[in-house]
Amino acid sequence: MKHTHAISLTVNGRRHELAVEARRTLADMLRHDLGYTGTHLGCEHGICGACTVILDGSPVRACLVFGVQADGASVRTVEGLAEGPDGELSDLQQAFSDHHALQCGFCTPGFLMLAEAYLAEEAERGRTLSEERARELVASNLCRCTGYQGIIEAIVATATARARRSGGPVDGGPVGGGPVGGGPVGGGPVGGGASSEPADDR
Amino acid sequence: MSQQSRHDGRWIGVPVPRKEDRRMLLGRGRFTADLGRPGLLHAAFVRSPYAHARLTGIDAGAAIDRDGVAGVFTAASLGHPHLLAALERDEFVPTRMPILAWDRVRFVGEPVALVIADDAYLAEDAAEDVEVDWAPQPAVTGIEGARAANAPRLHEEADGNCLVDLLMFDDDRLAGIFAGAALTVDATFSSARVAALPLEGRACLAEWDDRDDQLVMHVSTQVPHQVRSGIAQALGLPERAIRVIAPDVGGGFGLKCVVGREEVAVAAAALRLRRPVCWAEDRQENLTASFHGHEQRYQVRAAFDEEGRILALDAEIECDIGAYSAFPFTCAVEPLMAATELPGVYKVPAYRARGRAITTNKAPTAPYRGVSRPQIVLVMERLMEKAAAALRLDPLEVRRRNLIGPGEFPYTGANRITYDEGSYRESLDLAEKQVAERAWPAERDQLRQAGQRAGIGFACFSERTAYGTPTMSQRRMRMTPGHDTALVRMDPTGEVIVTTGTCGQGQGHETTFAQIVAGRLGLHPDQVRLRQGDTDLASYGWGTWGSRSVVIGGGAAGRAADIVADQLRRVAAALLEASPDDVELAEGAARIRGDAEAAIGIGELARVVHFQAHRVPEDLRSGLEARATYDPPGTFSNACHAAMVVIDPGTGGIQLHRYLVVEDCGVVINPMVVDGQVRGGVTQGAAAALLERVCFDPDGQPVSATLMDYLAPTAAELCPIEIVHLETPSRFSETGAKGMGEGGTIGAPAAVLGAINDALSDTDVRFDHIPVLPQDVSAALKSAALKSAALKSAALSRSRAAR
Repeated sequence: MKHTHAISLTVNGRRHELAVEARRTLADMLRHDLGYTGTHLGCEHGICGACTVILDGSPVRACLVFGVQADGASVRTVEGLAEGPDGELSDLQQAFSDHHALQCGFCTPGFLMLAEAYLAEEAERGRTLSEERARELVASNLCRCTGYQGIIEAIVATATARARRSGGPVDGGPVGGGPVGGGPVGGGPVGGGASSEPADDR
Repeated sequence: MSQQSRHDGRWIGVPVPRKEDRRMLLGRGRFTADLGRPGLLHAAFVRSPYAHARLTGIDAGAAIDRDGVAGVFTAASLGHPHLLAALERDEFVPTRMPILAWDRVRFVGEPVALVIADDAYLAEDAAEDVEVDWAPQPAVTGIEGARAANAPRLHEEADGNCLVDLLMFDDDRLAGIFAGAALTVDATFSSARVAALPLEGRACLAEWDDRDDQLVMHVSTQVPHQVRSGIAQALGLPERAIRVIAPDVGGGFGLKCVVGREEVAVAAAALRLRRPVCWAEDRQENLTASFHGHEQRYQVRAAFDEEGRILALDAEIECDIGAYSAFPFTCAVEPLMAATELPGVYKVPAYRARGRAITTNKAPTAPYRGVSRPQIVLVMERLMEKAAAALRLDPLEVRRRNLIGPGEFPYTGANRITYDEGSYRESLDLAEKQVAERAWPAERDQLRQAGQRAGIGFACFSERTAYGTPTMSQRRMRMTPGHDTALVRMDPTGEVIVTTGTCGQGQGHETTFAQIVAGRLGLHPDQVRLRQGDTDLASYGWGTWGSRSVVIGGGAAGRAADIVADQLRRVAAALLEASPDDVELAEGAARIRGDAEAAIGIGELARVVHFQAHRVPEDLRSGLEARATYDPPGTFSNACHAAMVVIDPGTGGIQLHRYLVVEDCGVVINPMVVDGQVRGGVTQGAAAALLERVCFDPDGQPVSATLMDYLAPTAAELCPIEIVHLETPSRFSETGAKGMGEGGTIGAPAAVLGAINDALSDTDVRFDHIPVLPQDVSAALKSAALKSAALKSAALSRSRAAR
């Protein structure tokens, strides 16, 4: 027989009450008991970070937290980032698309939640994000498709735009800020072109 | 009408934002493990703890007795199903891969039983209750051991544990050429076994549908039709009785272009139980019991003249393919690719190559991204560097002297491959120029003066892509892949659905296929949706691998769209009383050339065809749709990579410092997507040179079973990757585009290895293997230092003695 524990928690502002086994991970509970399947499982041993969610303000690996540990907590998942039922993308989500920060999309929710928590924390401390710090942050999680460059660019661009909006200091961000061209990481712009050279006549 | 204006290029070359992004960013992607079903059961596999053992009994009684267990299956209870992948060649030894092992296991992780229970936790508990009697046997864990005279025989059919032994090319002139050559280079190269490691492991959900009399399988796969064929062959079903659907797939990289035995086993369980059953591979299973790749070694002799021109090449290639031949490609995929394509971008006048597939007690191999080409590029680039060093020539100049050059295309090599137009010389020249402009050499010198070890490496290569059956048939596979078919169908509102047999896993096909089709129909890409990954919707297709999808699948879609465009022009001509040849499709309307007034919206044309068919000619009343097939011979994209590394002299740690790609994939459909593919590919290739290797202990136990032990690259190990494009359109491609999904992975190992060797150029240390690990560098530098100290002291004592 299953021995379960009655818990309650808030996910993306909505309150849930349920009974879970002590051994059930927060990730499985979110995905299979509550239907938040945007949280993905890539390794189930805390390395890849695909299952990163925000638990009471801090990013955690949902595969390393038991569901019962979230009793009374407030959880934010990828489903909670966009505005409204039509899903208007947040600035961070839009930046991921603009900078081609995703391919297969499996690791994406983890990176979004990691960055969302970090950006909020940095803003609270009045700090902005340099490219170097963004690279360190992004090194927390694994992506097998993109080579991380677009992810770093998207996070730096979001941090810079948020700092500009709040009138805070801006450092390390792109001067132009736009989605294509002049990326802060110095690589070829996403739109191609600036570094392109035409083929020889033939 | 000219070819150019027919192929309205309006959306070609535009970085159209990806249609795929929105649902992924919202957390609304639909991956296999996200699918729920009422009463869904969960599968767990009982796997071998031994690399090699006889199976003498299985007792599942305790597992079956557990509450919540719906069934336990073994090979015997399923009727001994198996998969057989085969080449129709005498040099190939066909071997069966059982779905569940019945008398013998050949690697740690091989499945022997399947437990089905109410939830995944319970299924794992019950799998531990299954008692198996094992009689462990000596294991073969490498090519040396497998070839030893007293080696255990892994498959009764296979002498010397060799599953393929092909002398692909030979030349009577070789001995004479080597005897008369100014320089002969002899070398051995090797690459470690690596894992494709998609972030989403393999997964499937099988359910019986009584209404359609069909087993419906959702599978995380690159090849839905081949999964259907594999299940049909293994379970003795007609193919129509199985529908395979690939929902969103979280990366594949070749791991998912073969059929997993777990997929067949879950299908069999769902058939027996007539209840939905799902399985999601965990990371340990993925790292130990799925498929690996790239474990190869090369013994090579190359003859050069005094000016560094290669005269002859002789290669012995051995691939450790693990325990089984994967379906449908077979274990010959690596040795055949390597032996056929080794000369690459260089003009090799005389060539001999033998390729062998050696079976060992390790997980089987699948065609991981690049398939042998990361290795053969590494071999050729190292040969160029070795020849340059021996002849005291510039290594880039030696490459230049050997590259197939402008004016020499199409070039047919000694390997009987015809290379279509490329920019081999131009990409090297441009890479060298760009590196100089970015002052890499000056930076390298500064770093060296500051006590660091820094080096720059280059790699020139081409990537054969989009192999159709004209090329694939030379391999003589029982299942010969290559062609693909697309259906383009316009609805009554003028929007379009394109159905394809290809099946992307993050390459952005929903966007790029829409760009190809929209341009030809005068529509916006938002008006075109792609349906992929469903065997009931698409004609038999070969999925997504081998950098084939945009060329073959996109080419078929383009051809079908051209037919629909003709239908639209004829309908418009009938309604506007004009000649179809004068009708142009652009910006959502059909217009009569030269008549600004005469126009009719494409939506209106579609409405009339469907709802007022009497107004259009009789032969156009069957709707606006067309099917087309494309089966090209293949086309070569090419690139030159440049890498700079910095080595910590204390720890031997190697940091990728700068990276540049000059890339030519012909016509670029979506530059953003192309750059993304290049960057992701370089990341995997650089990691194969610096980090990744699947390791086993001497008994065949995998010791890289977690992501703590198997080191996938993080952002910290990488640097920005700069990309410069050249564009040489292909004549063997409907769109002019060449495939480019693997090039990054193919070029990066050689470029990074070249940079490492350059960083060590003041010593006599050179590496010819990947990955090069910090401990390799430390040990080599230590022994080089000892040697040089010994030489110095010998010289000192000589000079003292002389005094």
